[in-house]
Amino acid sequence: MTENLYIRRDTPFPFYEINVLQASDQLLLDISRELGLGLNLQEMKALQQYFRRKGRNPTDVELQTFGQTWSEHCFHKTFKGVIKFNGKEIDSLFRTYIMRATREINAKWCFSVFDDNAGIIRFDKNWGIAVKVETHNHPSAIEPFGGAATGVGGVIRDILGVWANPIACTDVLGFGPLDYPYEKLPLGVKHPKYIFMGVVAGIGHYGNNMGIPTVNGAIYFDESYVGNVVVYCGCVGILPLKKFKRNAKPGDVIVLAGGRTGRDGIHGVTFASAELTEKSEEVSRPAVQIANPIEEEKLKRAIIAIRDLELASAITDLGGGGLSSAVGETAKRFNCGAVVYLEKVPLKYPGLAPWEIYISESQERMLLAVPPENLKRVLEIFQSEDVEATVIGEYTGDGVLRIFYMGEKVAEIDVPFLFEPPRAVRIAEYIPPKLEEPEFPEPENLTGVLMRLLASPNIASRENVVRTYDHEVKGNTVLKPLHGEHGGPSDAAVLKPLKDSWSGLAISCGMNPNYGKVDPYWMAASAIDEAIRNNVAVGGRRIALLDNFTWGNPEKPDRLGSLVRACEACYRFAKAFKTPFISGKDSLYNESPAGPVTPTLLITAVGVVPDIRITVSLDVKAPGDSIYLVGKTYHELGGSEYYRLMGFLGKTVPKVRPIQARKTFRAITRAIDLGLVSACHDLSEGGLAVAAAEMAFSGGYGLELDLRLVPAERVQRNDFLLFSESNSRFLVEVPSACEQDFKKLLSGVVHARIGRVTKEARLCVYGLGGNVVVDAAVGELLKAWKSFLGIYGEGL
Amino acid sequence: MKREDIRVCILRVGGTNCDAETQTAFEALGVQAEILHANDVVKRGNLMDYDALVFPGGFSFGDYVRAGAIWAKWLVAKLSKELKAFFDEERPILGICNGFQVLVEAGFLPAFDGITQYPEAALATNHPPGYHCRWVYLKHENRGKCVFTCNIQEGKVLRMPVAHAEGRFLFPKEKEELYLERLYDNDQLVFRYCDKNGNPADGVYPINPNGSFHDIAGICNPEGTVLGLMPHPERAFYWWQQPDWTRQTLMPFYGDGKLIFEGLIEYLEKKF
Repeated sequence: MTENLYIRRDTPFPFYEINVLQASDQLLLDISRELGLGLNLQEMKALQQYFRRKGRNPTDVELQTFGQTWSEHCFHKTFKGVIKFNGKEIDSLFRTYIMRATREINAKWCFSVFDDNAGIIRFDKNWGIAVKVETHNHPSAIEPFGGAATGVGGVIRDILGVWANPIACTDVLGFGPLDYPYEKLPLGVKHPKYIFMGVVAGIGHYGNNMGIPTVNGAIYFDESYVGNVVVYCGCVGILPLKKFKRNAKPGDVIVLAGGRTGRDGIHGVTFASAELTEKSEEVSRPAVQIANPIEEEKLKRAIIAIRDLELASAITDLGGGGLSSAVGETAKRFNCGAVVYLEKVPLKYPGLAPWEIYISESQERMLLAVPPENLKRVLEIFQSEDVEATVIGEYTGDGVLRIFYMGEKVAEIDVPFLFEPPRAVRIAEYIPPKLEEPEFPEPENLTGVLMRLLASPNIASRENVVRTYDHEVKGNTVLKPLHGEHGGPSDAAVLKPLKDSWSGLAISCGMNPNYGKVDPYWMAASAIDEAIRNNVAVGGRRIALLDNFTWGNPEKPDRLGSLVRACEACYRFAKAFKTPFISGKDSLYNESPAGPVTPTLLITAVGVVPDIRITVSLDVKAPGDSIYLVGKTYHELGGSEYYRLMGFLGKTVPKVRPIQARKTFRAITRAIDLGLVSACHDLSEGGLAVAAAEMAFSGGYGLELDLRLVPAERVQRNDFLLFSESNSRFLVEVPSACEQDFKKLLSGVVHARIGRVTKEARLCVYGLGGNVVVDAAVGELLKAWKSFLGIYGEGL
Repeated sequence: MKREDIRVCILRVGGTNCDAETQTAFEALGVQAEILHANDVVKRGNLMDYDALVFPGGFSFGDYVRAGAIWAKWLVAKLSKELKAFFDEERPILGICNGFQVLVEAGFLPAFDGITQYPEAALATNHPPGYHCRWVYLKHENRGKCVFTCNIQEGKVLRMPVAHAEGRFLFPKEKEELYLERLYDNDQLVFRYCDKNGNPADGVYPINPNGSFHDIAGICNPEGTVLGLMPHPERAFYWWQQPDWTRQTLMPFYGDGKLIFEGLIEYLEKKF
């Protein structure tokens, strides 16, 4: 410890002044490291200058506040910074790509986007839908149960933080292979099976206990997730738009409500803004918070009551950065200053230093701005729900943040400066990987290949996980994640959130990390297409998107280069599909002793179903019905599950052809609206063969298909036709009475009748030579599909 | 009494989370249903203003000890006089999922000889262990005593979802046979897990989703006025809540769950 730098003030509690004014560059870096600030030299020097102007040294509370507010996690330095790429300068990835798409689409149903904790879109005239998806990768790597549970808790608070009542959760997870050899695990990295069990239990624990159904999600397995688990937690809420209040003003009191503050979750954001090392466990365990869903359930009830009575002028959650973020951000947002008395913050146990109180990320806490005349009512409401609520300060008119502890002023910061960190300038480069298209003969036993694909980790049934989440609580789940008797994999969840309206909400996702190994641009394009087509398949339209990036260390140019590529695709395809981004989140620095994470972009799509009675599920309904393949199949097997099974990566990833794709989506929507479709399923991992198998075993009937009829471009092999993962394709069941209308509707869209539903429960596919290439009892396919997590499920 | 005069009290504490959909079900049937925080009922002492009492699903007080145990002790400590009066006057009490756990922990079920100080049964951790959310089939086994189901034919198979981690109904091992006999003698057995065709699950997972003794999913007290069940009738109330509604061409508007709420209401209409 560089001791002469830290001057203990004469106070009855631990409180230091840090001698920044005289510190050399090296000492500035030492301070940043020793206090766990996570700030770089440029940022430390900006602070030095600021305090030189003020003519005094900063206190520990002040430095910690800057450390939190300026962290990657809170400020998104990479997305907001300057990036030099291919000789050009990108002034903020966020503004150049993500926000620009939204601005240019300019959808009038976007109510509030990128402003608050969550994006809000209009649902109908009176109601809005708030959506947010969070990443909780770093904490889940250290403590899977707590990390995942607090991820869910945090994203639910984001929804409460825009006055919305949470109605559904989503979760998308990435793990290392469950059979990963123990001897290959790097030091400090936990086995994927242990992480898997903990994360799944944590997600169920929070959502189930709070009574919020977990309705949609995905699980991916990839070697690069061994050291970098991926945990995306999403939440959807509903709010009366009239009650959306955010007009705090000087004189409003600051009320802290919910759980007590402790030492759990200290430096969570700085920890999340660095690479994981073998020491992360001992160093950063306290950065993971402790979850108490019942506390949040009570908090939710009180907040909804306060909202309905319009008693508060603003609300925000305490997440990363704790009070320091919540107070600072609200003060900035409402052009206020604030004064906070830290001794008023209720503590779990005594002994916390003021800086610890100010930045602790203890869970289940919300911050409200309350006009003084409403304070009594607000406190009564919290009390009636057995929730502790305390006035800890008030907003002021002078733009200065003043923090006191037991009569001592421990911090005084100009609010504007707090949000003007020096801009990061980063270098990006993108060198396409040198890859080759594999050459291998068509396997003789394609039925066997299909069986193995169905049982492969990224395709097999997730039933044993999904059933541990309550997906029906609240009684609004119209289309469940597991559909029908055999638990068929629904493309999207459909909810009916309002009692007196048939309007529904479709929630889906898309994620193709394997394509990113070939080209992150087409990975992003495919994720967008997949999320949208999943939504369209059940009857969703007017779709809004959320982007969630999990990437490696952005200070390394190649990681950043692939991030830029993905953002370029986000802009182009969101715009082409007229699907605005309404919220998002990035988690960078996902690197561990096992290496960097494979770039992983999750796209969440939220669409509207005008009347839930038109909702279409994936299971085939009646023998004799025709099966149509809509959309064209290309020789695009790069990054496919089929290539992975055969031991290859390949080179030609699926592309997205937006003009054709939009036509296809529109036609499917029309056909669903007119009731011409009795089942619809999107083609994704495993292509046509897997989609057909899923439709067959979900419905309990067979399918007879002919590959000679498949609309394709330059695909001359049965295996490629069966397993290509070309985007924007659907498999559709059409009753014979509707066929004429259906065909007419689809003129101008690539489509073909490729077979029919059979009474005998067998999947039978004729190949290009007219011979049978796949023939299996549907029951056997179902068994294979249910085998993978089944085995682990029992062994766990 | 007239249907529109019926007042149902849906009681909640921190962690209760199925109160809103339970209210929806009652309101759809034309009765008044209010969600009340248990603290308020204690403060106002107004439990007897209501004609029926419902303990909805959830994780009361986090279920940190044993599901339902904390709320049960809380009730005994703070509301036992009113609850006993409610019970003695044969006003109906319904416990769904966590509510069933609470009723058992509080000694209101099976209550062979009236309310007991200690539980006579338990809803233990599922076997196989863990939280399970799925639709199950239930066979109605009551011969007419249970006031909630006396309109449902004996032997009828109903369909509802379960969602719990602690739903394995158990009697003390040494009294298992004796207590089961008493359940049958008193006509207290109401629902058992069965397959689609009504054959008993015989403990086979997932037809019996939690390993319950004798496939028991729901029981009532000897008077038939207190019913507890693990499955959620409020989530099987409308057709669009069914797991396979997209397969049906003709769906009745309501699901099987409606029968239970309707039974309670019709009992009140007739008796009071």
